[in-house]
Amino acid sequence: MADQMKIMVEDNKPVSPKTTEKSIVVEMMNLKKSFGEKKVLVDISLKIYKGENLVILGKSGTGKSVLIKCIVGLLEWDEGDLVLFGQNVSNLKRNELAELRKKIGFLFQSGALYDSMTVRENLEFPLRRQKTKIVKEEIDLRVKEALKNVGLLDAIDQMTSELSGGMRKRLGLARTLILKPEIMLYDEPTTGLDPITSREISELIIEVQKNYETTSIIITHDIECAKLTGNRIVVLKEGICYAEGSFEEMQNSTDKWVRSFFEY
Amino acid sequence: MNKFFLEVTSIASFTLQFFKEVLKPPYEFNELAKQAFMIGYKSFGLVAITGFIIGLVLTIQSRPTLAKFGAESLLAAMVAVSIVREIGPVITALIFAGKVGSGIGAELASMKVTEQIDAMQVSWTNPFKYLVVTRVVAATLMLPMLVLFSDVVGLLGAFVGVNLKGDVSSTLFFSYIFNSLEFKDLMPAVIKTFFFGFAIGLIGCYKGYYSDKGTEGVGKAANSAVVFASLTVFIIDMIAVQITSLLDY
Repeated sequence: MADQMKIMVEDNKPVSPKTTEKSIVVEMMNLKKSFGEKKVLVDISLKIYKGENLVILGKSGTGKSVLIKCIVGLLEWDEGDLVLFGQNVSNLKRNELAELRKKIGFLFQSGALYDSMTVRENLEFPLRRQKTKIVKEEIDLRVKEALKNVGLLDAIDQMTSELSGGMRKRLGLARTLILKPEIMLYDEPTTGLDPITSREISELIIEVQKNYETTSIIITHDIECAKLTGNRIVVLKEGICYAEGSFEEMQNSTDKWVRSFFEY
Repeated sequence: MNKFFLEVTSIASFTLQFFKEVLKPPYEFNELAKQAFMIGYKSFGLVAITGFIIGLVLTIQSRPTLAKFGAESLLAAMVAVSIVREIGPVITALIFAGKVGSGIGAELASMKVTEQIDAMQVSWTNPFKYLVVTRVVAATLMLPMLVLFSDVVGLLGAFVGVNLKGDVSSTLFFSYIFNSLEFKDLMPAVIKTFFFGFAIGLIGCYKGYYSDKGTEGVGKAANSAVVFASLTVFIIDMIAVQITSLLDY
C-alpha cells in the first residue's frame, strides 16, 4: 500500500513552524467544559502556531477529543475564550463563524465515512456542499487528485464497507483535505491500526503539513505517532495542560507521571 | 413520570425544529427524491402482498357471518368500505412503521454511533435538514400513495375471496364496490394517512437522532421507533375517527 502513495516522506520529520505572536492561529484562554457534574476541561489555555503539528497526549477521559470538538464547533464550551485566526469566536455571528470554520478540517477517530456512499461520493459530498457552483469536471479532478495523494485511486468506485481500517483512515483524510483546510484536527488517527499502517498514516500527516502548509492538532495515544508527527507535545491531566514541550523534553521530563507516557 | 414528560418535551422540540427547518432554504430536493424512492417505491411489493391477503382474508372471514343474516349480497360493499376507511390505512401504516420507521431509526442511530452525523456537520451540511427533514417529508408524502395502492390491491384480494365460493364477474363486483363507496369514505382515510406518515417518519428520525451511543443504542432506536410509531398510528386513528364522526363523515 505504501508504494501506491504519491509522495513518500524523505526525512520523516515535520516542518518546524515560526512561533511568533503573529503566527498564532488558535488560542484557547481558560476554556472550561463540563458534562453534568463531571468537569472535563477544567482550565485550558493553549496557543497553536501557524504550520505547527501539535500533539495532545493524555489518558482516556482527560478531554482531548472534547477540546478539538470545541474548536470545530461540534461542542460548545461553558466558559473561556477561543480565538481562531485572530477572531474571538464568542463575538462572531453564526454565519461569520461558519465561514471561519470552513478553514478547519476534522479527521474522525472512526473515519466517519458515509457507508451508504461509494469512495467517490464520500469525497464529492463535502465539495458539493461547500462549493455549490463547482462544475462536474472540477469535482472529478479534485476527487481523483485527493485519492491519488492518499494512494486510494484504485478504490474510487468501491463502497466504504469494502475498505480496510487503514484505507478508511486515508479516505477520511482525503475527504477532509479535499477542501484544503488551514487547520487539521486529527482525533486518534492511528488507533486500531497495525504498526506499519500507523506509520503510513503518521507519514501522511507530515506530508499534509508540508504540502498543504496546514496547522495540525493531533490527539493520540500512539507515542510513535507523536514522535514522528509532533513539533510540540502537550500533556493533558485532569482537564488542564499539565506539561508542554518537544518530544525529547517530555521524554526526559523530571515529572514521573509525564515520563510514564514515554516508557513503552 | 418525569422521564415521560422529558421525552414528550423533547419530541415537541424536535417537531418544532422540523417545521422551522422544512421552510428554510436551501432545500434538499435530491435527497428528498432519493428518500421517496427508498421509502415509497421500495415498499410497494410488501404493501401489495399484505393488502391482497387482507382483502382476501377479510372477505372469507366475513362471508359466514353475513350469510347467517341473509346479507351475503352486501359482502363486497362491506369489505370495500372496511378496507378503504379503516383496514387499508391502518394496516399499511403499521407495515410502514415496521419497515420504514425501524429502518430510519436504525440508520440514523448507526450514523450517530459512527460519527457520520458529526462528519456532516463539519462538511457544512445541516444534518437535521439533510437527514431528518427529507425522511419525514418523504414518509408523509409516500404513505398516502402506498395506502391507495394497498386499497386497490386489497379490493382485488376481495374479488378473489368472493369468487372462491361463488361466481361474481369483475364488472359486477367492482360496480357494487363503486356504488357503495362515497367520496366521504375515501377523503378522511387519505387525509389521516398523511398524519400517519408524518408521525412514523418523525418518530423514526427522533429515535435514531437521539439514540444512545453504541450498538445497543442502534437496536433500541429501531425497536422503540416501531413500538412508539405503531402506538401513535392507533392514537391518531382514534382521534381521526372522533373528528370524522363529529363532522358526520
